[in-house]
Amino acid sequence: MHKDSFLAHLPLLILSFCFSFVVAAQEPDIQKGKALFNANCAACHKLNKRAVGPALAGVSAKYDKEWLYSWIKNSTAMVKAGDAQAVAIFEEYNGSVMTSFPQLSNEDIDNILAYSDYTPPAPAAAAQPAASTTQAEGSFSNDLILGVLVLVLAALVVMLFLVTKTLKQIAAANGIEVVKEKKPKRTPLWKAYAQNPFLVFVTVVFLLLSSAYVGYNYLMQVGIDQGYMPIQPIHYSHKIHAGDNQIECKYCHSSARVSKHSGIPSLNVCMNCHMNIAEYNGEEDLEKGYTKEFYTNEIKKLYKAVGWDENTQSYTGETQPVKWVRIHNLPDFVYFNHAQHVSVAGVDCQKCHGPVEEMEIMYQHSSLTMGWCINCHRETNVNVKDNAYYTKIHEELSKKYGVEKLTAAQMGGLECGKCHY
Amino acid sequence: MPNQKKYWKSEVELNEQSTLVEELAQKEFAQKLPEDLLGTTELPESDTSRRDFLKYMGFSTAAATLAACEGPVNTSIPYVVQPEQIIPGIANYYATTIVDGFDTASVLIKTREGRPIKVENNTDAPVNNIANARVHASVLSLYDSMRVQGPTQSGVDVSWETLEANVGQQLAQLADEKSPVALITPSLASPTTAQIISDFQAKFPNVTHYAYDAVSETAALNAFEQAYGKRALPSYDFSKATCIVSIGADFLGDWQGRGFESGYAKTRVPKGKNGKAKMSKHYQFEANMTLSGANADYRFPTTATEQQFVLAALYGALTNQSFPTPLSAEVKKKVAKIAAELKAAGNGAIVVTGLQNEDAQRAALAMNQVLGSAVIDVQHNTQLRQGNASVMSQLVNDLNAGKIGGVIMAGVNPAYTLPNADAFVAGLKKAKLSVAFSMKNDETAIHSQWVAAAPHYLESWGDVEMKTGHFALTQPTIRPLFDTKQFQDVLLSLSGSTQKYDDAIKAYWSSNILGGTSFNEALHDGYVVTKKSDNLRYSDNVDALVQRLARAKAKAGLELHLYTKTGIGDGQQANNPWLQELPDPITRVTWDNYLTVSKADAESLGLKNINQSDGALDGSIAEITLNGTTVKAPVLIQPGQAKGTVGLALGYGKTAGMKSEMQVGTNAYPLYKNFNPIQTVSVTVADGMHEFACTQLQNTLMGRGEIVRETTLEIFNTKDAKYWNPMTQVSRDHVEVDVTSQEADMWQPFDRSIGHHFNLSIDLNACTGCGACVIACHAENNVPVVGKREIRKSRDMHWLRIDRYYSSEETFEADLEKVDNISGLGESLSTFGKMEDPSANPQVTFQPVMCQHCNHAPCETVCPVAASSHGRQGQNHMAYNRCVGTRYCANNCPYKVRRFNWFLYNKNDEFDYHMNDDLGRMVLNPDVVVRSRGVMEKCSLCIQMTQKTILDAKLEGREIKDGEFQTACSNACGTGALAFGDINDKESEVAHLKEDKRMYHLLESVGTEPNVMYQVKVRNT
Repeated sequence: MHKDSFLAHLPLLILSFCFSFVVAAQEPDIQKGKALFNANCAACHKLNKRAVGPALAGVSAKYDKEWLYSWIKNSTAMVKAGDAQAVAIFEEYNGSVMTSFPQLSNEDIDNILAYSDYTPPAPAAAAQPAASTTQAEGSFSNDLILGVLVLVLAALVVMLFLVTKTLKQIAAANGIEVVKEKKPKRTPLWKAYAQNPFLVFVTVVFLLLSSAYVGYNYLMQVGIDQGYMPIQPIHYSHKIHAGDNQIECKYCHSSARVSKHSGIPSLNVCMNCHMNIAEYNGEEDLEKGYTKEFYTNEIKKLYKAVGWDENTQSYTGETQPVKWVRIHNLPDFVYFNHAQHVSVAGVDCQKCHGPVEEMEIMYQHSSLTMGWCINCHRETNVNVKDNAYYTKIHEELSKKYGVEKLTAAQMGGLECGKCHY
Repeated sequence: MPNQKKYWKSEVELNEQSTLVEELAQKEFAQKLPEDLLGTTELPESDTSRRDFLKYMGFSTAAATLAACEGPVNTSIPYVVQPEQIIPGIANYYATTIVDGFDTASVLIKTREGRPIKVENNTDAPVNNIANARVHASVLSLYDSMRVQGPTQSGVDVSWETLEANVGQQLAQLADEKSPVALITPSLASPTTAQIISDFQAKFPNVTHYAYDAVSETAALNAFEQAYGKRALPSYDFSKATCIVSIGADFLGDWQGRGFESGYAKTRVPKGKNGKAKMSKHYQFEANMTLSGANADYRFPTTATEQQFVLAALYGALTNQSFPTPLSAEVKKKVAKIAAELKAAGNGAIVVTGLQNEDAQRAALAMNQVLGSAVIDVQHNTQLRQGNASVMSQLVNDLNAGKIGGVIMAGVNPAYTLPNADAFVAGLKKAKLSVAFSMKNDETAIHSQWVAAAPHYLESWGDVEMKTGHFALTQPTIRPLFDTKQFQDVLLSLSGSTQKYDDAIKAYWSSNILGGTSFNEALHDGYVVTKKSDNLRYSDNVDALVQRLARAKAKAGLELHLYTKTGIGDGQQANNPWLQELPDPITRVTWDNYLTVSKADAESLGLKNINQSDGALDGSIAEITLNGTTVKAPVLIQPGQAKGTVGLALGYGKTAGMKSEMQVGTNAYPLYKNFNPIQTVSVTVADGMHEFACTQLQNTLMGRGEIVRETTLEIFNTKDAKYWNPMTQVSRDHVEVDVTSQEADMWQPFDRSIGHHFNLSIDLNACTGCGACVIACHAENNVPVVGKREIRKSRDMHWLRIDRYYSSEETFEADLEKVDNISGLGESLSTFGKMEDPSANPQVTFQPVMCQHCNHAPCETVCPVAASSHGRQGQNHMAYNRCVGTRYCANNCPYKVRRFNWFLYNKNDEFDYHMNDDLGRMVLNPDVVVRSRGVMEKCSLCIQMTQKTILDAKLEGREIKDGEFQTACSNACGTGALAFGDINDKESEVAHLKEDKRMYHLLESVGTEPNVMYQVKVRNT
């Protein structure tokens, strides 16, 4: 499937390559315009689609060039001055103010407009590579060779049979009796083994021990879902968000700072950014099929769930809450508090959740067993600095234990009732 | 000395021939293993041998284990748009007010992820009426699966538009015909609702509003009107009382809308310098054993007629008049003494009466006037009871005469609560229009044409004037679960207003109450206090009335005293399993009402109580007849019941809109003739025996005495603490040493001085036995309901029980003294006779007992899997996931506070209570695990709450102040009997209580060093 999608997108890739080449060769200001557009305009405008502001393709035909210069340099002033066109557009976009760009020269604006007006030439029909047929041939020939080999071997077996049969017939015809050599009678190995009590004992002990070992290990992994990596209703990539874009974990999982739950972010948090990011333009992983279209499509799923209409840039009010598959499931009888670990102790999220910023698909990194918790409590010193709650107890306890730093265990972090109630 | 007094929990303990108590004391689990454990009673005849059984069991267990290895896929659904104030995992609190026509209280509602899970006291509100057990349990009634889910017409679902259009049209037609329409509501005392109703009446002038109280205070209201010219009830501040005389008024129960226990308890704890400590004195004349009687210093079991005489005599003594009454000379002397004490008490004196007799009520008001009592406050009076018995009786007559065209009912259930309910139903069917705003398809709703689904108070808006000038607001704490509408909204819409009820409240408050202060602030606080006050003048002359009281004649037959129970009240919340399973504070019976009979009357009538070998109680069934109305009820012999009287609780025997498990008891409302709780009845024995689920003889303390310690104020003031609160001594090397001293201890000491060390103090003086803590504990800790059958088998799951001990009035010392003073044969016979009958008028002590969190816990040492262990902070931890159910710990616990999960109580059709449906499970506290079958559980000293306090302090980087640490029970306690805190904080209240000379531990001699302590009860006798 991955390969298929790669092949399907191949013409597009070739096309975009040609496009950039053509641009570079023919219109130098378009190239500059593209750079300026990406730096200044792309946050709110798209070429062919309405975003926060209108689509910019063909905008120079709609408005007078001088008007555009002054609009781009200071739109607010024009609206205030009561320019009819300016007021119209201001109202059409619900009174959102366009940022002023006094730093852009007329020439820059020309470049941007040239870029926005540029329509790439119709794509030349790229020759479809005949890769698929060759590939099919390749697999066909492999099968053929294997088949032929099987046939040859089969023929050899048949031939051997025929030869022995013929030889036996010849011998019979010549009156030669084929006498089987009489072997000295020996106890079979298994019987000898069975008669040796020591060996039997050792084997039984070995078998019992190993089955106990296997059984124990089997049972101990029951209910441990380390590596659990379910398919989510929306393919959300932590790698892109936390890794490539360096978004702080607690920006989305904000309740981890104050509550026992880290919380799955509500969709309005996604929309803080995705109101403006409707398309994916980052790196692709073609092998796995993570193309730009794939990611953009996932963003569309978000829009559908949250009820965002891209065309009108408004919420429709029709929502479909997302049923995420929960990965980290603690049993009901365990109390775990994120805020205590994240805010009070200052533990990194990665300590328990692993390299989330590298995870294309989220999975359970740690075993989440009690032993795993306890080990950490034994090893980790409590972060008592600048926390008035700890001042007195730390002083007294460190005197009692004769240590400078106290582990969570020494603070009482191993008591049953601290986590089980 | 305290341990010379004999305490008993049940009548049967006084019977020396009975071996039952001894047997029970030897058995931890009174029940043998059930024979039908495997669903078959033919186990002995079965072909399956024990070995086969084990094989099958082993195989199927292994198979089930392996099959269960596949983990379930859990989904999490976050908000699409998360409300700003809701953070998953953090509780939000909203101030609101419950007003259901019976209970009124300012409360805080704890909500988690948008759903209310617990009710707490709004202690900031000056009139908060202290949430009782019913108010605490009301959160569960929100999630009642029997609620009406939308409006219906004759049982068919309709839309609100249809209902409003049709009802509006019919109302208009009735208005044209000038046919009267009755609007019946409980006494709401809601100023905005009053406004809405008067607007509604302006549009439909044929509408008459009836305020109807299921349990009426008509006589008190009429008396107050006679005396002060306003139909209302005075408010009382018992914290100012020094001498309380109650004549038939259960003011710690449901008398006059309740809410007095908090003030009362303040005066009941001896305060003052060493040797000069003072506390209030409380005399109680009553027939049934009530909470007030149980807490009184002197209790006189008297019939209603005798109570009238006492009133007359007391009035006479106070006003220096003489009203000849047939009271015995002894009682007369006592009354004269009480009168003298009342006079001496000055404005701290108070006389209250619960007799539904206008003369008696007026006499009580007159006495308070004479005494100049500061306890009674007539200028801040309350309208929370407005019902008028004669008006309601007239309405039923009019209905039957076909004079009423339409009936609109909201929040009332007259087809169940009226004494002549049948006549009401017949009349209701004659009306052209009948609309019932109801949460249930109750007795009234099923006979009404339209059932308008009403919301629970936690989904509603509202306001109330608690007493003059003290206003409170009700606000929704959850979105309506069903398609419900408040009747105020419908009335507004029928009046043609476009306003919603909440807008109407806001508008009314802005113009009439707030006086410029912020509405949002009032909503946040839940209350507002204005300077409004009445200026009522006393003008009444009661001499002639008292004359009438003094000449009252007792009628032939038994006097029936109808009352309301702590759990069920007027019966509104009868479908609430928490309340059904709450043991009655006095009788300790769950899931039932019963006829309380004195021992003497029971013997003469041939009524019996029998304790089965496992401690379960059976009672005869009595037939109670009143003017041709016969009601059958089981009999419970009640120590302290006045001879010649019987008691029966209202609120039971409901059937409509109830789960079948909850349909228990007998409906006593048919006996509530003329809204008078005192009736003269005849009682006969009926066939059969009734099985009670009574926790009375359960969890006995294995015959170990010295659980309750009490003394008198005099001894408390004059003698050394060693005399009345001695430390148990043990002999070591022939030297007596304190049992707590290090020499007598075989355990290694453990230093608990670092960090927190939690202690809970229980003041036996302040505890009135109200049971609010028990329900609060249920709500906080997800305690399951096990049902009547299981309770009868001693398998209750209550983590916190309130033990009730009876004791004979005299100490053993006093007994001896008495015997010495006998002169003559006649006196000796009567005196010995009296002494042999301690149950005629016992003293009562309430003692809440939960896990004592022993520092040297016997349960911990016997657990084979270390499921029970000790925390440094003093709490005895119970790791449910570790427990394998050996029950060794319960066997080894000297306090009998551990509870075993005999069954799976959630998602189990055999236990069809709230935990068996999705709606009911919404009340569960997400911070506490729901225990499974085969696991031991017990009080954790609300470790989830102490941990939450600690975690919050760590998060905010600050120290913890005293008062921040709380448990569910100490939070719920309105009387201050339960105090919780950190004894390592030397300034904390609980650290001081630990040093108090009244402090003692249960069974100190066992050497368990509990972290729960008790304060010796001091009686003002």
